Amino acid sequence: MSIVTVQLGQCGNQIGFEVFDALLSDSHSSQGLCSMRENEAYQASCKERFFSEEENGVPIARAVLVDMEPKVINQTLSKAAQSGQWKYGQHACFCQKQGSGNNWAYGYSVHGPRHEESIMNIIRKEVEKCDSFSGFFIIMSMAGGTGSGLGAFVTQNLEDQYSNSLKMNQIIWPYGTGEVIVQNYNSILTLSHLYRSSDALLLHENDAIHKICAKLMNIKQISFSDINQVLAHQLGSVFQPTYSAESSFHYRRNPLGIDRHVWPPLSGLPPLSKMSLNKDLHFNTSIANLVILRGKDVQSADVEGFKDPALYTSWLKPVNAFNVWKTQRAFSKYEKSAVLVSNSQFLVKPLDMIVGKAWNMFASKAYIHQYTKFGIEEEDFLDSFTSLEQVVASYCNL
Amino acid sequence: MTQSVVVQVGQCGNQIGCCFWDLALREHAAVNQAVLIDMEEGVVNEILQGPLRDVFDTKQLITDISGSGNNWAVGHKVFGSLYQDQILEKFRKSAEHCDCLQCFFIIHSMGGGTGSGLGTFLLKVLEDEFPEVYRFVTSIYPSGEDDVITSPYNSILAMKELNEHADCVLPIDNQSLFDIISKIDLMVNSGKLGTTVKPKSLVTSSSGALKKQHKKPFDAMNNIVANLLLNLTSSARFEGSLNMDLNEISMNLVPFPQLHYLVSSLTPLYTLTDVNIPPRRLDQMFSDAFSKDHQLLRADPKHSLYLACALMVRGNVQISDLRRNIERLKPSLQFVSWNQEGWKTSLCSVPPVGHSHSLLALANNTCVKPTFMELKERFMRLYKKKAHLHHYLQVEGMEESCFTEAVSSLSALIQEYDQLDATKNMPVQDLPRLSIAM
Repeated sequence: MSIVTVQLGQCGNQIGFEVFDALLSDSHSSQGLCSMRENEAYQASCKERFFSEEENGVPIARAVLVDMEPKVINQTLSKAAQSGQWKYGQHACFCQKQGSGNNWAYGYSVHGPRHEESIMNIIRKEVEKCDSFSGFFIIMSMAGGTGSGLGAFVTQNLEDQYSNSLKMNQIIWPYGTGEVIVQNYNSILTLSHLYRSSDALLLHENDAIHKICAKLMNIKQISFSDINQVLAHQLGSVFQPTYSAESSFHYRRNPLGIDRHVWPPLSGLPPLSKMSLNKDLHFNTSIANLVILRGKDVQSADVEGFKDPALYTSWLKPVNAFNVWKTQRAFSKYEKSAVLVSNSQFLVKPLDMIVGKAWNMFASKAYIHQYTKFGIEEEDFLDSFTSLEQVVASYCNL
Repeated sequence: MTQSVVVQVGQCGNQIGCCFWDLALREHAAVNQAVLIDMEEGVVNEILQGPLRDVFDTKQLITDISGSGNNWAVGHKVFGSLYQDQILEKFRKSAEHCDCLQCFFIIHSMGGGTGSGLGTFLLKVLEDEFPEVYRFVTSIYPSGEDDVITSPYNSILAMKELNEHADCVLPIDNQSLFDIISKIDLMVNSGKLGTTVKPKSLVTSSSGALKKQHKKPFDAMNNIVANLLLNLTSSARFEGSLNMDLNEISMNLVPFPQLHYLVSSLTPLYTLTDVNIPPRRLDQMFSDAFSKDHQLLRADPKHSLYLACALMVRGNVQISDLRRNIERLKPSLQFVSWNQEGWKTSLCSVPPVGHSHSLLALANNTCVKPTFMELKERFMRLYKKKAHLHHYLQVEGMEESCFTEAVSSLSALIQEYDQLDATKNMPVQDLPRLSIAM
């Protein structure tokens, strides 16, 4: 059950490297309390899922690296090669000379169509290498031009050409205070487009991970490297193999049975009753929660708290909305670890903020000429706003 | 990798340009560990074929045309039409050499004849011939005490062209550069015990540069501008954890096509020889970037309105340092209501020669308005009396309408800034959002 990863833009490529590194180094790390046979099955599964084998034994990441300028890809390739433990495929990259200038329109309308064939070809080759192909993991940021714009374009193409395969996008939510001035525009355009073509959007906020580095890990001078490693660690502990319900050791077809922030098609929801907005909320109401436990004492761990109906929307029973996966095999030298993947109202506040800021800027028409120059018109912006207001409203009504 | 072509026009432009090349080579030599020794002028061009071939185009366009007589009309109309084909040919050759040409850097002064007139003529040529390539202009604006009497005419006529044909303009005035030099001299000569300044680190120095130039009078000032250009392109040339390409500068800092004037400030101006830089010293660098002492234009951004701001950091500085300082400085700065978090940031790992880190801040701020208004006043004082006008009108193609149109263009620009300023102290209100029927 293999996953092909598509790394887009500076962010996507920098993170992608850390993810593969974390996955492989966990797969090589000690087995904790599980048996040797289990450990070997774990390692084999991880390898098959994310790597293909080379004759001389160095695993090759099942990844396609895409960027519109060469510096980051070159660095990424050489860092992987230097590790000696794994590497990227020789022909797995697509690169151009000039970036997307933080312009979603340029990434989507210029780079996309121009390089569609080449990029899709590289992806196809990678998919063909898989004995049993499960789906795509696309890593991108929302704030820039390539990850966001070209990322949205590529995801759309993947939906057209591989509609039966899972498409999961790992999206980096930028810092609230500027990395890129037009980040809110780029974000709303990205999200509204991905809504239509992606199956699942996993969101990580730079601000949140930054806090983890500062407060929980006490790192003094936090670099993007630190941030990316935390992220990779989280993703690794989600994606590494776990027992399926039948308790034989094989992996689920979908690496995630439930996805973090799924945008459900509106038609799939039962009719919503009008809820009073003054509902006394102690929790972000969830549609779905997945807990993954690894290491010591997983069988006896008490997860009853996650089945509390107060956590879930009224039209779902916890038994349908909550899942727990376990494996005795420890992750990355931690005796015990747990990760929660959640589809809940947690999203509402950040999304609402981005939409609000983008709307304010749009009202003044600032920077719009930079987008219309490349074919993204005011109507496209309005469509995006409409889509996202609907998402916010849907989640608020849970 | 992308390339930029530097276009140096006129005496001022050429002098700055030469300083720029020297420092660029010094910077790349330090990175590539090449040993470059004192060489003849001709050999410099050969060196440029080598390590810098991929980064800077080798063909410098040095227009050595003298005799514009400080007359914009002569530079623009006469030399423009006379040399257009020749210059266009040179541009085309330069472009062919480039794998991926991204940007033209035009360096010139506003107050004279050639830099101002021919320099702005070239803008139109470049726009027509290479519409997809960015045009960044570094313009030296005349100070009030400028000895060229007609500098207001030349500047205003040039401004119209900058308004219409430049993607981004970095206005610089000589007085600011001069003030920076005075500050450095004071520091170097202060004789404070225990403080010695690293010679290569002076933003004014060409120490360690490739050519041994004769000390020209404006060398120190020109080196500052040269450093500005180096820092502007550093993230495109070297690696870092958050890259910023030149096209991102325009994308993020130009919210409306006409408002493309950016105030720059550079820090540090020098490095003391003690090596350990504690975070407080690093934070000082950020504070300095927002102090008037480090600006290359006399203006007061802190008391005006920011439309957008870019921080381009070089050296061992991480994202947390950047964020900490933005949080710290934000409250004292006023941003326009629709861009409250209008920050664009970049982190380049390679510091400039002689420093462990540096910061270039580019601000799109209404504080440029007074500069333009002063210029307009000086212009009107001359124009009302029709002083020296005949020198211009006798040039073929020049009419009074050129003047009136130029002034209108500037007035319109000033009005844009006025309208923005009017919003300055208004409370920021969220606009009503789209309401969705569920």
